Order: sequence, then C-alpha cells, then structure tokens
Amino acid sequence: MKVDLTIALAGNANVGKSSIFNQLTGLGQIIGNWPGKTVEKAEGMLFHHNKQIKIIDLPGIYSLSTYSQEEIVSRDYIALERPDVVVNVVDATSLERNLFFTLQLIEMGIPLVIALNLVDIAKKKGITINQVKLQKLLDSFVVLTIATKGIGVHEIVDAALEQANKQSPENKPGIRYGPEIEKRIEKLGRVLTGVNIGYPLRWTAIKLLEQDSEIVNKIKEKHPDVIVAANILAEEISEIHKEPCSTVISSERYAVAARIVKEVQTFKESEKPSISERFDGISMHSVWGYVLMFTVMLSILMFMSFFGGWLSETFTNLFESFNPHLTGFWPDLLWNGGVVGLYATLAIAFGFILPFYLILGVLEDSGYLPKIAYLMDRPCHTIGLHGKACIPLLLAFGCNVPACVGCRIMETKRDRFIAIFLSTLVPCSARTVVILGLVGAYVGVQWALALYVFDFILIFIIGKLLNKIVPGVSVGIIMEMPPYRLPSRKVVLKQAWNRFKPFLITALPLIILGSIIIEAMRITDILPLISNALSPITVVWLGLPAFTGFLFIFGVLRKEAALVLLMAAAGTVNISSVMSPVQMVVFALVIMIYIPCIATIAALIRETGWKKAGLITLTEVGLAIFIGGLAYRLLNVFM
Amino acid sequence: MPKEHIEEYLEAIYDIAGREGTAKTTEIAERLKNAPASVTEVFQRMKQNGLVRYESHKGVSLTAKGYKAAIKMKRKHRLLEVFLDKMLHLPSDKIHDQACKMEHTLTDETETALCKTLRGPNHCPHGSPIPPCNLEVKNCQECLSEESLKLEKRDKDVISITSLKHGEKAKIVFVRGGGGAMQRLCDLGLTHGTVVSLLREAPLNGPIEICVRGCKLVIGRGIAEKIFVQKT
Repeated sequence: MKVDLTIALAGNANVGKSSIFNQLTGLGQIIGNWPGKTVEKAEGMLFHHNKQIKIIDLPGIYSLSTYSQEEIVSRDYIALERPDVVVNVVDATSLERNLFFTLQLIEMGIPLVIALNLVDIAKKKGITINQVKLQKLLDSFVVLTIATKGIGVHEIVDAALEQANKQSPENKPGIRYGPEIEKRIEKLGRVLTGVNIGYPLRWTAIKLLEQDSEIVNKIKEKHPDVIVAANILAEEISEIHKEPCSTVISSERYAVAARIVKEVQTFKESEKPSISERFDGISMHSVWGYVLMFTVMLSILMFMSFFGGWLSETFTNLFESFNPHLTGFWPDLLWNGGVVGLYATLAIAFGFILPFYLILGVLEDSGYLPKIAYLMDRPCHTIGLHGKACIPLLLAFGCNVPACVGCRIMETKRDRFIAIFLSTLVPCSARTVVILGLVGAYVGVQWALALYVFDFILIFIIGKLLNKIVPGVSVGIIMEMPPYRLPSRKVVLKQAWNRFKPFLITALPLIILGSIIIEAMRITDILPLISNALSPITVVWLGLPAFTGFLFIFGVLRKEAALVLLMAAAGTVNISSVMSPVQMVVFALVIMIYIPCIATIAALIRETGWKKAGLITLTEVGLAIFIGGLAYRLLNVFM
Repeated sequence: MPKEHIEEYLEAIYDIAGREGTAKTTEIAERLKNAPASVTEVFQRMKQNGLVRYESHKGVSLTAKGYKAAIKMKRKHRLLEVFLDKMLHLPSDKIHDQACKMEHTLTDETETALCKTLRGPNHCPHGSPIPPCNLEVKNCQECLSEESLKLEKRDKDVISITSLKHGEKAKIVFVRGGGGAMQRLCDLGLTHGTVVSLLREAPLNGPIEICVRGCKLVIGRGIAEKIFVQKT
C-alpha cells in the first residue's frame, strides 16, 4: 500500500499514546492505567484528507538515555527510522517531566507536533496551561487533546500534515546549554565529521558527552579516537561542575523545562486531597493495603468459581434437553464429539474466560496494578525480582503469552529471565478452567483453592532457586505511580473483546475438532492404543485413568481443551463417574504445571531463545510428573 | 570522663532511641553493662554539654548536636568494619569489637581517606547503611575524582531520603554511587537541588513513594538509601 506520511506517537509512559492510536486507527492496542503496557511498536493506517497515513504507536520513554528494553525500541525508531512527523504526547498533569523528553526530541531536530493530553484531568487538579505561549516557547505545534473521548485527535493529524508540508523544516536550535558545555559540543562535533552512524551530528555529540553506552558501542569499534576525545571533554565538564557530565546535561534540561512550566502553567492547589489520594491512603497502607489486595484476589477467584460453575451447568442442562439420544456411528460422532465439544467450550468461554478478561480490564484501567507492584516489591526481593515483575505475573493469570512479552519492562536480562520463567507457572485462564471446572465443581472449592496456594508456593520456591542459580542482583524498582481513575466501560469492554476474540477464532474450532477426533478414536478403539503407550506414566506413576494420556498431548495445544476433551474421552459429561476426587486433583495439578502451551513455548523462544525456552519447558514437564506422582500417593492417605 | 566513653553512650542512645525517640536509663545500662546510677551520672554530664535531653522519669534523647556526633561515630564504626572485612579479611566475629576500639581514635581526615579507598561503600558488612559524610560534595564521583582532600565541610544535617518523616519535604543534595539507576533518577527529575517529599513507605524495608516535580514515583529501598537530602 502506498503510504503518504508516517507519524509516530512518542512520549512518557502512561500518557495516552495507545488511546490516541486506537482513536485514529480504530485498532485495539491494549491500553490501561499503568506504565509499561506497550512494549512493542504497533502500526495502523488512517485515511485522512485523501492521504494514506501510517500511524506508529511506540512504547513509553522517559529519556533518550534509555534504561529498559522497550525504551530502546522507541529511541531506535525515532532516531534511525526517522518518521515524517513525531507526535509527542505530553501529560498535562506533569508537564515538567514530560517536557524533559520533549526538549530531547527538539534537540534531535525531528519535525514535531505536541499533543497536550489529559487536559481535562489537569483542569480538575487546578492546572491550566497556556497553549499559545507553550507553542511559542517550544516553536512547535501544540494541540490540546482528551484522548479517551477522542477530542483533538484529528487535529493532531491536521497539524502533522501541516508540519510535514513545510518544505524545509527550519533548523530549530533546541536547548542552548551553558557556554562551557556548548564549547565542548562544538569541539566534539568537529571530531565527529565523517563519522556517520545515522544519528544527527549535534545529538550524537551530546550523547557521547553523556557517555551513552549504546552510542559509545556503535562508534567504539571504528573510531576509538572519537570516544577518547569525548571522554576527555566529558571529564572536563565533570571537573567544572563537580558532577558526572550526564547529570549536568540532565540538570540543565530540567532547568529549561522548569522555566517553561513557570511561564505557561498556573496551578491552584486544592485544599483537600483528591479521592485518588485518599484511596492511596488505604490501598497503599502498611496493613490495609495488603488486606485489600488479598480480599480483591480472593473475591475474583471465588466469583469466577461460582459464576463459571453455575453457567457451565446451565449450558449443559440447556443442550442436554435437546439431546436427540440417537445411536449409531454418525449421530454419536456429531453429538458426543461436535455438540458436546461446542457447548462445553462455550460454557468455558462465557463462564470463566470472558468474565476474567472483564475483571482484568477493570483492574488495568483503574490503576490498581502499580499499587500491587508497590506492595509486593519487598516480597519480590526474596525471589530475586522487584515489584515491577508483579505486573506481568498478574497478566499471566489471563494468558501467559502477553505476560512473557510484558516481562520486557524488567531492566536486566537476569530479571527478565526469572520473571518469564515464573510467568509460565502462573495458572492462566485456561488452567483456571481446568482447576475450577473440574476440581472446583466436582471435588470442592477448598481443593481448588489449595491447588492455587500450592502453585504460589511452587512459584516462590522456583523463584528462590533461580535467584540463587542465576548470577547477578536485581536493580530495584523505579516506577511511576499513576493516579486512580474510574475504569471506562467502553475501554474495558473493548479490551476484553480484543483478548477474547482470538479464543473464539482459534481455540473454539480447534477444541471442537479435537473433540470429534477423540470421539472417532473412542468409537473405533484407536484411543486405547495411544493411551496404553503412555500408561506407564499416566496409570502407574500418576494413578490416572488410561484415557487421560491423550489429553496431556492435546493439552499442549490448548490447556482448556483438556477439560472438554476429558468429557469426550470419558464418553460422559458426568466426570465423577469415571474419576475419583484424588484423580481429579492430580489431573488438574499436572495440567497446571506440566508444560507451557504451544503459544507460550513460541513466545518463550522469541523472548529468551531456543536454549532457555527448552530449559523452562523440560524443567516444567519433569516437575509436573514428579509432583503429580507424589501428590497421588500423599492425597490417597488424606482423601 | 574519657571521650570514648561519651561516644559509646551516644552510639548506644542512637541504637535504641534513633533520631527522635527516647531511651530508658535501664536499657542503656543493660547495653553498656554499667550500673544505672553511673549511667545517670553520665547523662547529667552529657546534658551539660548539650548532647542529650535528659529527665529522670522520661529517659534520654539526642539533641541535634548529639545526633550529629552519634552518626559521625556510626559512620566511622561502619567504615572501619568494611575496612576490616574487605581489606584485612578479619574473621567476621572479630570485626565489630575491633571497630568499636578503633573508631574513637580515627581522625576525620583518616575517615575521608578510608571512605575513598573503599570507594564510598553503602552498607557495613552487617547490612546497616553507612551515614553520608559531611563534605561539600554532590556525589561520590566528585570526591573520588578529586585528588586533594581539601574539600569544604558542610555544616548541614544531611540524611537519607528514607529517614524523612511522611509528608516531609527536603532538597536533594547528594546521590551516592553511579550507573544506570542514578541516571534514571536524574532523568525522572531527581536532579541536584530538587525539592522532594516522602509520601509513604512499605513495611519491612519495602520501597518508598515520593513526590517529585508533581509526579509520584516509587523507588526501591536499595536505591532510595543512596539519595541524601537536606530538610528545607
């Protein structure tokens, strides 16, 4: 497709870039009220004034001196791929910190449009910003927006088009630093002539003075002399200011940002604390914060257990009332394989998966997730991580795949590996289906709860071990705390649908197909052949019925399928007639741990490489078989 | 009364009562293995010197002057512990007692030299934070790169940001260490001279939440302990 213009959305984390992106492209980027949701860039198209415009949504970035992996994605895109226009989305409620990044963009000399977002929330806080003055001081277009309501988003594109149409983008001077720094930038600029790494010259010189490791590494090999010169000059600046050169430069940028804010912003501080702040007092309290957190988690689990159980029963009764009770090969295959597969899957989808995605959407949009990161930071240290890791770990309850990708918010390779490993052990919605739908429904909620508790203990132990084995130490949390906000119904619904759609499209047909295949194999007596091959593990060691062997194989594709197919393989929806309570607990336990599903394995390979992905997978298979057999022997004593 | 005797008392009061709390006479007596009567006598003397506030029924607490002297001793003690552990490799059960004896004869000049040789350590071998020095520097690099020891002393009460009370405001004066995390703090607006306020802290040495330039940030304990501030 012909693209007339490329616009990239860039700015600090959690300022509304993805909201603007969704408004412009009509796509469903995941959005939510916590920093670090977007870890990969997303692309979308917009047809505006007869022009095909490509919109790029970039991960949040605080400074071009990058800190975590997702920030590097943003920086490299802006600096190397050079979009036609960069739209810098700025949070009007914390203008000073946002301008720190804006000033760096201006320094890079890219055509720029500033979207001053969240102006409604700023107004509520008593902050008003003089748009005209800001426009003049920054010498760039400034558009006021309220992204969640779609206000101002098309004006952004108009401004971007206008900006792009300016034939020769005037050379903006950017910030002028103190004379002692400017002199050295100029000196280094002269040394740099002829060295081309794709970045603008002045910017490269400043980055070298800041001793930015990425840029230094890019130049070091071919031009070691440049690095030596840069180090000498940086040393001179440090000497004058008695501070490392990079902090001197940051301080100067902040001084400029503060000066601009002083001129354009008026702030009337309200007397009483806002509702969000008062709620912080409870949700981040040393005692009540934890009480609230456990109550929230437990009630979600309880709700899902009862609601899901009730809905799947209703579905079963509804469909069973239509059961024609025909006999023969084809009716058997179509009804027991196809229809039972369909309604069992629908019951799972609407009873467990969709409600969970709705709850997750509310949690994400409300801004509660970062509070959990704060509360859990100290406990996370015992497993060698810091509080930020809680966010991907919580997302893993929905699905392990985005959780593995989301671990990119961790700053070091070590932290990422541990967080990814642990994410794959978190019971995702598919495993929740098996735990609640089988153990919760047939054995008792307390046993389902026990399985969860056991899983958390297992995660803790594995985390402790990994902390010992993997060398290095965690860097510690540095994270922005967004204020609470009322979750938007539209956003939550859309988000849940975006996550649910892939399940309907890929999982539903797959499970029904699997169900028909199993039914066919059962009728034609092929199933026992496969099951018998696996029986040394399934029957002898784990104490499960032989037909479960096939389920473990199919479960690698989709773990929720294991429950539906269990009914198909057993030839009945009444599972308690073919499995004892102990067998159900052991079955759910093994399903919970035994292997990441195929989609997760693919994500693991992408995020950590073949070797580590293989290591994680094999460890979990071994662990599940070992623990399952042990549980079977122990539980038989108690139950 | 010998100087080290008073210094031991200051440290004991600091250990039990901290910056603003009160210690009971019996607690101090027990810790220093002295008779309560002689402890009371020392307290009276220290009160005359303006080091403590003392009332027989309430107990003893440190004055600003006493506090400054106490953390100075703590700093010397913990630096010596690091020295004995890292450089001399003494067995860990000997370190504390040896440092207790050496700390009283350590001059300020030697203290600074020791800190530089050890490259500005953060914690003693037992994990307690080492109070910052009272030199007029903005961070450790400045001190480490400076050849001469002739740095001006600052006569200010510099404390770690984690020692602020909830809701208290202070100005950043000194950041220990360096590297990526420090640059990140700077990029998030925690530059030299910025006013920050401590909002809350999580229990059991968890992270702290601060307000800086109108934004709320959560910072892990390990990083926060390296940020030093001066109350405004």
